[in-house]
Amino acid sequence: MKNTINEAQELGDSAESPSIEETVKKRRVVIPGEVIVSGEDYLPGDGARRVGADVLACKFGLAEEAGRVVKVLALTGAFVPRRNNVVIGRVTNITFNGWVVDIDAAQSGFLPIDESPRFINKNEMDQFLAIGDVIVAKIWSVNVRGVDLSLKSKGLGKIEGGFIFRVIPNRVPRIIGKEGSMITLIKDKTGCDITVGQNGWIWIQGPTTDAEIKARRAIEFIADKAYITGLTEKMEEWFTQN
Amino acid sequence: MSSMETSNLTGRTFRKMFAEGKRFDGRGLNDFRAIEVTYNVSNKAEGSARVKVGKTDVAVGIKLEIGTPYPDSPDKGNIMVSGDLLPIASPRFETGPPKFNAIELPRLVDRAIRESGMLDLHKLVITPGEKVWTVIIDVYPLNDDGNLVDVATLAAVAALKTAKLPALKENGKIDYHAKPTGPLPLSSETYPITLTFYKLGESIFLDPTREEEEACDSRVALGLSKWNGKYMINSCQKGGETPFTKAELEKMMDLLPGKFDEINERLKKFL
Repeated sequence: MKNTINEAQELGDSAESPSIEETVKKRRVVIPGEVIVSGEDYLPGDGARRVGADVLACKFGLAEEAGRVVKVLALTGAFVPRRNNVVIGRVTNITFNGWVVDIDAAQSGFLPIDESPRFINKNEMDQFLAIGDVIVAKIWSVNVRGVDLSLKSKGLGKIEGGFIFRVIPNRVPRIIGKEGSMITLIKDKTGCDITVGQNGWIWIQGPTTDAEIKARRAIEFIADKAYITGLTEKMEEWFTQN
Repeated sequence: MSSMETSNLTGRTFRKMFAEGKRFDGRGLNDFRAIEVTYNVSNKAEGSARVKVGKTDVAVGIKLEIGTPYPDSPDKGNIMVSGDLLPIASPRFETGPPKFNAIELPRLVDRAIRESGMLDLHKLVITPGEKVWTVIIDVYPLNDDGNLVDVATLAAVAALKTAKLPALKENGKIDYHAKPTGPLPLSSETYPITLTFYKLGESIFLDPTREEEEACDSRVALGLSKWNGKYMINSCQKGGETPFTKAELEKMMDLLPGKFDEINERLKKFL
């Protein structure tokens, strides 16, 4: 399988962007119910609400003032599947017309046999994907019945070799960085192939065990320090020390 | 944490890494994570402790009741260990009737403590054949990041060490308002622990994290104590399908005394 970076959308996180950083006052960590700002001039945005004259946080995360709008960027939370997200999942069942895939969301994903990259005989479905196999897939629709997956795109398919682990899905944008800067840095420094799923599962395969361990520790370092600005520089520093 | 199980893929990587003697958190195969003990976490229990080993977190409470002895042991008090795998600890745990793991955990803790002889059951008798103390040990995992059995035993023993026997009223009922009469009849000589060895491929390792534990082939839990300078195995239970070879068991036996002393030494800092 050809391994490309998953060019994930920056989900509202623009920490590495200097243009926004100029207009944004210093971010700080808030907990639910904490007063972020007081005054009628402010408008509560995502993750914030107004009580009387105060704007309170509804989520645990980073409070950010952009002009008049005050919002909270969540630091924890479950993965909410969206169309075109690339996710890493584990096959949990095989049905007559497709595979049931655990994508670590509230609903399980379904990969229809027609969405596999080549023709698969219905009697030999487990030859292509067996229970316990791990795949990189794209979400092509989210509806009440479940999440539909597809493998018909570049970089998608069954994973062979390496390992997968999980970080908190909200922190995925930080791991990827602005236009993939962070993940490219980690790939360059460790020589590993890395695929980051939007559901927080990350696949690493490297030339040596040590490189793989280092890549995982680097990613876990970022996930731990997701609330710090200027992480890419911190990461470069981290690589000189480790 | 996540509800997704460790995949076959990651399992194969673990196999390769363990063969090289490496782990993701940088520990050696037989190293424990950082141990942290907090005493008296419950104010209603007669004794309680909370032990963290890495991210695994278990709280244990000791409750004392007056009961009748079992017919086959009229001159002995009773021990009862109960455990509950709470959904707060892991997305793998559900409410409802206890599953295999939820039954096994308190049993292993019970056997390790009972057979170590640290608690002198004969001294728990109030009236022989009629009234004895029942020591109830409640195990509550708060976070499961692997190795629950070993951590639960550490917490249970720590809680026993702090437990106080309550005073009795004239009518033989427990007087919770009076000053406790003293500690439980514990031996100060031994601090029993369990060590669970896990096997994956050809490698033997201790204190796994959640993902390592799920990838493993089989395990063997050993209840250990030390009397008169001699190390003893008081209990033993194997789980999983893959057998252990004689050479592997001998390797474990070589490790036991060192590990027992090391963990006891680390626990002493908190006493």
